[in-house]
This record gives sequence, C-alpha cells and structure tokens, in this order.
Amino acid sequence: MRHETPSEENPVKPWRKLRFFPSMQPGGWSGLALISPPFAYSLLMLAAPLLLVFLLSMWTQNYLELDRTFTITNYKEAASEKLYQVLMARSVVISVIVTIVTVLLAYPIAYYIAFFGGKRKAIWLLLITIPFWTSYLIRVFLWKVILGYNGVVNGSLLGMGFIEEPLTFILYNANAVVITLAHAWAPFAILPIFVSISRIDKSLLEAARDLGDGPLRRFLRVTLPLSMPGVVAASLIVFIPTVGDYVTPRLLGGTDGLMIANMIQIQFGKANNAPLGSALAVSAMVIVASISIVFVLLNRRFLKVKG
Amino acid sequence: MKRPQKTNKQIINIKGVEKQFGDVTALNGVSLTIKEGEFFSLLGPSGCGKTTLLRMISGFDSPNLGSVYIDGSDMTNVPPNQRPTNMVFQSYAIFPHLNVAENVGYGLKKQKLPKDEIKLRVEEALALVDLEGYGAREAHALSGGQRQRVALARALIMKPKVLLLDEPLSALDKKLRETMQGELRKLQRTVGITFVLVTHDQEEALTMSDRIAVMFDGKIAQLDTPEGLYKRPKTKRVASFIGVMNFIPAKVIASTKTKLSLDVEALGKVDVGASDTIKSGEKITVGIRPEMLTILYEETDDADNVFSGIIVSASYYGDMTYYEVELGNTAIRATVSMRNTAGRPVLRAGTETRIGWGYESITVLDG
Ligand SMILES: Nc1ncnc2c1ncn2[C@@H]1O[C@H](COP(=O)(O)OP(=O)(O)OP(=O)(O)O)[C@@H](O)[C@H]1O
Ligand SMILES: [Mg+2]
Repeated sequence: MRHETPSEENPVKPWRKLRFFPSMQPGGWSGLALISPPFAYSLLMLAAPLLLVFLLSMWTQNYLELDRTFTITNYKEAASEKLYQVLMARSVVISVIVTIVTVLLAYPIAYYIAFFGGKRKAIWLLLITIPFWTSYLIRVFLWKVILGYNGVVNGSLLGMGFIEEPLTFILYNANAVVITLAHAWAPFAILPIFVSISRIDKSLLEAARDLGDGPLRRFLRVTLPLSMPGVVAASLIVFIPTVGDYVTPRLLGGTDGLMIANMIQIQFGKANNAPLGSALAVSAMVIVASISIVFVLLNRRFLKVKG
Repeated sequence: MKRPQKTNKQIINIKGVEKQFGDVTALNGVSLTIKEGEFFSLLGPSGCGKTTLLRMISGFDSPNLGSVYIDGSDMTNVPPNQRPTNMVFQSYAIFPHLNVAENVGYGLKKQKLPKDEIKLRVEEALALVDLEGYGAREAHALSGGQRQRVALARALIMKPKVLLLDEPLSALDKKLRETMQGELRKLQRTVGITFVLVTHDQEEALTMSDRIAVMFDGKIAQLDTPEGLYKRPKTKRVASFIGVMNFIPAKVIASTKTKLSLDVEALGKVDVGASDTIKSGEKITVGIRPEMLTILYEETDDADNVFSGIIVSASYYGDMTYYEVELGNTAIRATVSMRNTAGRPVLRAGTETRIGWGYESITVLDG
C-alpha cells in the first residue's frame, strides 16, 4: 500500500480515507460488480451448505432431538473408532492408487494427441469424451457386466482356455473400484495434461536435442518437468473427488471395497446420526485438503515456471 | 576457449542439396563450402530457404537429395544430437524451468563431468558473454538481450566446430541489435569457431560477415565477401537487395578480349572490363551506386564525366541526403546520396545541378 503525505498540491481527499479496500485500483469496483452474481451464487450453493455441515458436526443427535451445544465428541469418535480409521485410510489409499493409475494412463494419451494428433486433435479429444455421453451410473453397471463372475472378461478368458474357473478378484472389491474410477476420470486427467504438453515450445525440444539429448533424456529433462503443472492439476482433479466417491464402492466394492462416503451415507440415513456423519465428512475434507496442499507444495518448483 | 584462427580448411561442404515440403521447393540445388573459423552469413528475403539450409547443417531436417559434410565426414544421416554443431535459436529456446547456470550447463550434464568442472566451465562461458554472476537468475527474469547471451553461452560451452545462428538479433530493438552485432563479431574472433548466421538484414550481413551467400528462391544467387557483393553484384536482384542501386539501360557497342564498350543511356560512352558472355549489339543493364554519383555544387568542381540533371525530390536523413535526380533530358531517374558536410546546402526539388561520376563506378549486371 502506498502512503501519501498530504501536501498543497496533493491533499488527501476526505473520501479517500473512507475507502473500504484502500489498495483497490480505480477499476476494482466495477470488477467486483461484474463477479458479484456468480460470487453470490457460489456463496449460497457452496459456502452455506459447507457451513451447515460444519455446524452440524459440532452438535449431537439424541434420537429425534438435535442438541445444539457445541462439542467435539463427534470428532473424537470419528478419530478413535477403528472402523472409521480403516474406511478413511482405505479411501485415501484407493484414491491415491486411482490417481496414479489414471495419470499414468492419461499421460501417454495426452502426449500422443499433443505431438502426433496433427489436424485430428479435435477429433481425438471428442472421442475421449464419448464415455460421458452416457450416465455415470450406466457406466458403473457396464463395468459390473464386464468384470462380473459370468462377465465379459471371465467369459472370454474361460472360452480361450486361459483360466479354469472365473476370476473373482476383479469384482466386489477394491480392484473393481480402482478400475472403474480410473476409467471414469481418465478424460479429466487427459485434458489438463494435454494442454500443458501442447503449450511446450517445440524449439525447447529441438534445443535439448541440439545439446546432445536423445529422446528419453529429452522427455525426462524437458517435456516431463514442463508438463508437471498439467500432471499436478490432473492428480488433484482425480484425487479430490474420488476420496469421497460413493456410487462406485457401493455398487462394485463389495464389503472390502467400501469407502468413507458409504459410511457417511449410513450415518445420515440408517444410523440417524447426521452430526457424526458431518464430522466424518469434515474430517475427510481436512485430510484431502492437507494431502493436496502437501502435494502441491512438493511440486511447487514446477508450478512457478512461466511459459 | 581460444582456438586457431582462420585456416583454409573446409569445415562445411554442402553438395547439391534439394529439399521439398509437399509441393514447395525450399532448397533447389544448393552447393557451398564454408571455411574453418569463418563468419559466414546466409542472406535472403523471407521464405528463400535460409532456415531450411541451416537446419540441414544442424540435422533437424534432412535433404531429399544431396549431402552435407562437416569436417570431412558425411553427416547427411546423422541426428542433430550427434553432430559437432550447436544452434542459437531465433526464439532463443531458453529452458523456462531452469536457471541461467542450469541452462548454460545443460549440454555438459550428459558428459558425466565432475560437478566442479561443470561449474567452472559454466562460469567461463558466462564470462565470455558478459554475464558473470547471473548463474542463479531464473530464466523468466532475463531481458531479451540477456536471453540471447544465455543462448550463445549455452551453445558455445559445447565447443562446437560450427555455431549456427538463426536470425539471433531479429527479436532485439534497433540499438541493442547494433551493439550485439559488434559483440557477436568480437566473440567469434575470440573463440575462433566457425559461425553460420542466417539473416534477412543486409546491413547486418555486411557488417559482420567474412563471406555472404545471397539466396533467392532456394538457390544461392551469389557468394562473395561483403565488399565484393556490394561492389560487384552479378544480377539486378542481388544489386537491389544489397543496398540501393540505380539501374540504367545500356547498349554494347563492342565486346573484345580486353574491354566492353558501352553506350549507357543519359551517361554516354563507357569502357568497362571484358565479359565472355556479353556480345556486341546486346542490350544490357548497368548499375551505379548512389554514392558514386556526386553533385557538383561549385562551378569549378570537376569529375571524369559530368552531366546535368534536375532534382525531383530530396530526403534528409541527418548525416546524408538522398536526392532523386532526373538525368539530363531523359526520363531516367537516379538516386544520388550526398554526405551533409559543413556548409553544404540541402538542395530543393527543381534545382538544376551538375552531376559527376567516375568510369570505375559502373557495374555490368546479368539479367
Ligand atoms: N516444415 C515445413 N513444412 C512445409 N513448408 C515449409 C516447412 N519449412 C519451410 N517450409 C517452406 O519452405 C520455404 C523456405 O522456408 P524457410 O523457413 O527456409 O525460409 P527462410 O528463408 O528462413 O524465411 P524467413 O526469413 O521468413 O525465416 C518457405 O516457402 C516455407 O513456407
Ligand atoms: Mg527463417
């Protein structure tokens, strides 16, 4: 903030002292006016429910009554109960695996489209969005058909004589959840990686080549570090929502594939303990946020690069 | 990093190189040799194939026909990372995720040198381009001129046999460009490495190079020293690309073993050096540079030849004035440049003057 000393030519005008945001530029107010409708909307639709969940997590459920005295017993229970710990840990582990698998699969696809897509880039990107033309629920059911005991995978493997009896480790467990989530989130990972690879100046790759690097070194020393912003974005886009995924573990996870969101749903529903469910939800949010922040900090040297 | 200065050894030998991109012919039979330690320029208008030729030498493109030899070995099918050449890119291609020292040391890392030696050589290279102490600077915090120096240091640290520069100065403003021209020339003399520079700026090529290849339409139109190109351009096109030239039609009166006798329009009869290709009776074009024509301000001023003219227009450039002059009683117009020395007036349009010129200032042009 600039400090101005009043002088004869430049007296401090009275209204200047009343400024709400002293450092705001002249255009600031019109900018604020411009963003206020979406701002109000997100305040209403995002911040308000969050605040409600947060409040709820500090209250207590006594059968039909809601005790509104602030307490942290829900959090204590959420943190100490073995079942919740297991579910929370499993959710994080599954999401981390999903994120790694998704990004590893998405990277070569994004790389291929960015470098070899030629004039057909738009078509490739369109093809990638095709899974979204059907609802998520239908895709989950399709995976059930593909991975099931009498499903497509087992049917073909049996038919070709590769296996004697149907594989059971691919459905109703964490593997099925990973496969389905990785497929569902792949496009969201491909797009940011594609964008960051496309933005790499091709003359940088030529410069690396000119300075003696073969294809692999060129990739490791130039392409990969410069596409890290896309990788970080893709990881966050996949990791954050999958921790709280509810449908996939419910339909494909069996009992050892259940995740924290399923427990939250139980608390809000059958168990009739919304405060505990809220505490679990807030805890999950805090954990996801902490992991994301640590992840971003670990990658900060790649993120500050200006193209 | 000092190396032996110019020898007569050939370092680059390009033989009959052709290159097509689809139906565009970028190079149409280019052959040339570049000598070791030479500052060589490829000069030509946009799209004439300069960059393509440079990329043939660096290995980023391969010819459809012909071959490229560097230091005696056939490099036609050798990839860029295995050629003894390094490139300064037009955009400089500074790695944005690395700092200055990491950029400059990039190519050394692969050579498994001890850390201390890399550090030492990076400092040496930075000192060479006047960037001592900039090692820790982030790439995005550099000015255009500094980026250019980093790109130079990064290429020179590899001790290439040939340094290739694709319009390295075109992104800089005029003042900085002129400073860098001098520095680049000085740097080339210090390191003694062969420089091949691509440019479309004739002034840049003239001031920096030992030899220049002028290219048009994928072919080399003329290869000569800067002085040779300026004084003895072979064609009208080369003549008008390098500086300003007045073109005047002429008729060949006689072509003998010793001389060519011409009747130049408006200027009269002139004898010039003999030519094998030009025959008696042929109609040709001769060129004369603006500075070879002199306005005779005083009655007493004299020259080999004098004719009268009328000034059509005058353009004042500070140090020089360019006059458009209509040559005595003809429709031919010529540009005359005069240095604005003390006491010399700038003449107005419509003034009648006497103009003097010397026989040796006439250049015979093909086509
Ligand atoms: N990769 C390519 N694909 C298709 N055509 C190309 C390619 N590279 C160059 N050309 C064509 O070849 C010709 C020569 O191009 P080049 O880049 O060598 O010109 P230049 O002399 O460097 O011009 P400038 O001064 O504008 O850089 C041009 O007509 C150009 O359009
Ligand atoms: Mg070019």
